Amino acid sequence: MIKTDAVVVGAGPVGLFAVFELGILGLNAHVIDNLDKAGGQCIELYPDKPIYDIPAVPECTGESLTQSLLKQIKPFKTNFHFNQRVEKLEKNKDHWLVTTSDQVQFQTSNIIIAAGVGSFEPRKPPIKNIERFEKTNLFYAVKDKNKFKDQTVCIFGGGDSALDWTVELSKIAKKIILIHRRDEFRAAQHTVSLARDLEKKGKAEILTSYQPLDFVGDTNIENVKIKHDNGDQRDLKVDSVLAFFGLKMELGPIANWGLDLEAKSLKVETKSFQTNENGIFAIGDICTYPGKLKLILSGFHEGALCAQECFKRARPDEKYVFRFTTSSSDIQKRLGVK
Amino acid sequence: MPKVTYIEYNGKEHEVEVEKGLSIMEGAVQNGIQGIDADCGGACACATCHIYVKEEWLDKLSEQSESEKDMLDFAFETKSNSRLSCQLMLDDKHDGIVVNLPEKQG
Repeated sequence: MIKTDAVVVGAGPVGLFAVFELGILGLNAHVIDNLDKAGGQCIELYPDKPIYDIPAVPECTGESLTQSLLKQIKPFKTNFHFNQRVEKLEKNKDHWLVTTSDQVQFQTSNIIIAAGVGSFEPRKPPIKNIERFEKTNLFYAVKDKNKFKDQTVCIFGGGDSALDWTVELSKIAKKIILIHRRDEFRAAQHTVSLARDLEKKGKAEILTSYQPLDFVGDTNIENVKIKHDNGDQRDLKVDSVLAFFGLKMELGPIANWGLDLEAKSLKVETKSFQTNENGIFAIGDICTYPGKLKLILSGFHEGALCAQECFKRARPDEKYVFRFTTSSSDIQKRLGVK
Repeated sequence: MPKVTYIEYNGKEHEVEVEKGLSIMEGAVQNGIQGIDADCGGACACATCHIYVKEEWLDKLSEQSESEKDMLDFAFETKSNSRLSCQLMLDDKHDGIVVNLPEKQG
């Protein structure tokens, strides 16, 4: 059980800046995110796209913004818990118990939900009851590539993951069948030509303009049925299936925590951005209140205000004093500049 | 103002007037039409504003950019008339356009 002043759910820009605002008040935080790195939508959806409305930063990208924020919170040596999401929240007197999908547990007086549109989950192919194959031979990521040794592996997708694994697994698999919905691939052109070479050598079969129609089998996928744009169907015998259709965002367990929701957003008051539960805050895109703007800069403001209330809850016996970073020696010590 | 008809997957039709210069996605969101999520807010980065455009309107729309084609890889059950509605800006020539919404987004 980890004891901490605050648990921040979501490592996007707003979650990261909340860590900063907590940090300068002397509060430590643990950050949980379902992705494998910090940045949230900025890093997962638009790392290269320009952003022009961050105050005093005329132009940046999702990636550079994330890097700057990580640099800004570096002095606080924040603990990140990636590749997991919060599954359970329980109230225990005046604090909260938080449990993640990897069974990591936290005890805290403050939970800051900065989860954007929700956690990133793999996008699944449109096959009915697809879940029954997820424990056997259908995968959305490769954890242990040796599993695919001497197998006929069917890979869906046209991006870097699909093409990279086509090339990599072809070294140990019996055969790779790569299926994509159109002739062009998004993946790096170099990898695409490597895959085309494998096709010529007979190590890989590349089927384009096909989409998945059905996965046949009881608990194991035995056959994959695919359909060409012209209506032709094919039936492929496979040992395992890798589906790389990217990630989508889902609110997930947050909807079950007893918090007031409006559409897919959490309702908060605008003094400290607290939800209907004491000690649970929502900031950034996931919160809503009259006049809410879904801008990164609004999330920064919300984080600053909620950190003040977090201080009062985490340090009920200490007096809260507002200080500027420019002149406070305490804050500067925390930032490691003095 | 161009009139747009959104047809939900269950057949429910919504005919609304959308201001010129807005996208078909924005028209749906502003009018509270279910079935277009637009998670990324119109940055052509998430494929959750996927629609099917009634065939006769296809050639009146702007060409698909490479990034829209790339993003459509992520949409649920794409067809030849699939588009991302955040990329479709409305003009007078689109008055009367009809779009169908997919079974689900992503």
